[in-house]
Amino acid sequence: MVRVAIVALQGGVAEHHHMIRLAGERLGVQVEPVLAKKPADLDGADAIIIPGGESTTIGILAKRTGLLDRLREAILGGTPTLGTCAGAIMMAKRLAGTRGEQPILAVMDVEAHRNYFGRQRESFEVDLDIDFLEGPPFRGIFIRAPAFTDFWGSAKPAASIEVNGSRVHVLAVQDAMIATSFHPELTGDTRIHEYLLRLAKA
Amino acid sequence: MKPSAYHPGLVEVGFNEIVDFFYKLAEAADRLREEGEYFVYQARPLPERITVPERGTISVKLGFPVYQKGGVVMDVTNVEQAEIAEDAGAVAVMVLDKLPYDVRKSGGVARMADVKVIEEVMDTITIPVMAKVRIGHYMEARILEQIGVDMIDESEVLTPVDEKHHINKWEFTVPFVNGARELGEALRRITEGAAMIRTKGEAGTGNVAEAVRHMKIIMGEIKLLTRMTPEERMRKAREYGVPHQLVDLTARLGRLPVVNFAAGGIATPADAALMMWLGADGIFVGSGIFKSRDPPERAAAIVLATSMWDDPEYVAEAQRMISEQKSMMGIDIRQLKPEELLQTRGV
Repeated sequence: MVRVAIVALQGGVAEHHHMIRLAGERLGVQVEPVLAKKPADLDGADAIIIPGGESTTIGILAKRTGLLDRLREAILGGTPTLGTCAGAIMMAKRLAGTRGEQPILAVMDVEAHRNYFGRQRESFEVDLDIDFLEGPPFRGIFIRAPAFTDFWGSAKPAASIEVNGSRVHVLAVQDAMIATSFHPELTGDTRIHEYLLRLAKA
Repeated sequence: MKPSAYHPGLVEVGFNEIVDFFYKLAEAADRLREEGEYFVYQARPLPERITVPERGTISVKLGFPVYQKGGVVMDVTNVEQAEIAEDAGAVAVMVLDKLPYDVRKSGGVARMADVKVIEEVMDTITIPVMAKVRIGHYMEARILEQIGVDMIDESEVLTPVDEKHHINKWEFTVPFVNGARELGEALRRITEGAAMIRTKGEAGTGNVAEAVRHMKIIMGEIKLLTRMTPEERMRKAREYGVPHQLVDLTARLGRLPVVNFAAGGIATPADAALMMWLGADGIFVGSGIFKSRDPPERAAAIVLATSMWDDPEYVAEAQRMISEQKSMMGIDIRQLKPEELLQTRGV
């Protein structure tokens, strides 16, 4: 039994709920999803998912309910965590493209640049090669997506795309943390969610 | 909190299956269509492998509102209000020339907001920016798409230019949201390409009663669909004037296939929590915030109540953040003449 806490303050929660359940079925692992809004919802979590949404909104709400500190504690304690889009922004230690201070977790040695590719009209789909996945390319769905513009410490890029002739990193890993610019939960491809479950079982 | 507290249909059926459905619907319709002037979905099938980024795809258009769920979109008329909204935790702002309450008071023709004001707001804040166009006004929509607005609201709050036809939203790369009072209306807008639905309510009144009525009608009609035989659903589809496959999908999901917000008359945290409890995915607040006398506190309180709607302790805390003395006065809908109702525009 793997208990997966999905941060459910705002954003694409049901989509991750669907995917983690499907990933569990495919791996033959029993998954118990818990929707997390308050600190106690993280009790006994074997893995954490921070969904996409607006990072400013999720940050403000998580600070208010006390989830923010408890999340940081759990992630730094080694609980495997997947952050997608706004979730990835929450995990980065440094942000670019912001208007002012916004509450974040600051647990990964990366700089996340908000809305790196532009506005909604610049949102796109493209296939990606991901270092730690086998099989065909992964469909990346990018919606007002961030990019990882700097890495230090033990954080490493694991997928990139070419924009105007230069490589832009869209997936970062560090220890048991995975941060994606794109939305694997919109694709039906459960490989990243399966990877999270494997980390949780290990 | 138990995961069963929200739409189980979306846990059963993946987002990608909903996107596939619309591709298949578009493909079938476009294949059966003869050459000539017919309704076009314009949903170009994607290649097996995407090597060059594809913009404006169905996933990208239907995906945008997914990340607004559980959040509050706030009506604003200038940069200062937009900053207050972002700081309070809004997921997006809707830029208008006048708040719906003032549209109602001033009368005359209500049009799209000033392009310069919209651009100024886009340049200042980091959250998505939406704006309204008049029902059926293709050119206002083209202008907003051109300047890079993140979502367009084809809205009954503005004066419709075409009472009979809405915009064919498949022709645009920018996603649209439309208002609805009942299921048929919602499904017609989705057939036209809307990526998001909101209740119409009765905008600018500060009275949530109509939004409650519209949400209950839509949810009730969906519940009825789930108990019908396929033949009965076929008859419903004819009544609604939409493809029967869309009615079947709605029945299978037990909810609308796109994101469904509440709008029209929401003025307090309790109003927002009530709409979430009735099944809304999120909230639009029009005049409720900037027609009150405590906008920053009220905006933050409505954000808190929308996210934590299922936790009475937090809803009470949110309600404590505002003062009823400072709520907008509101208008009793029964005092409005039939021609003063905005919700009957464009069905």
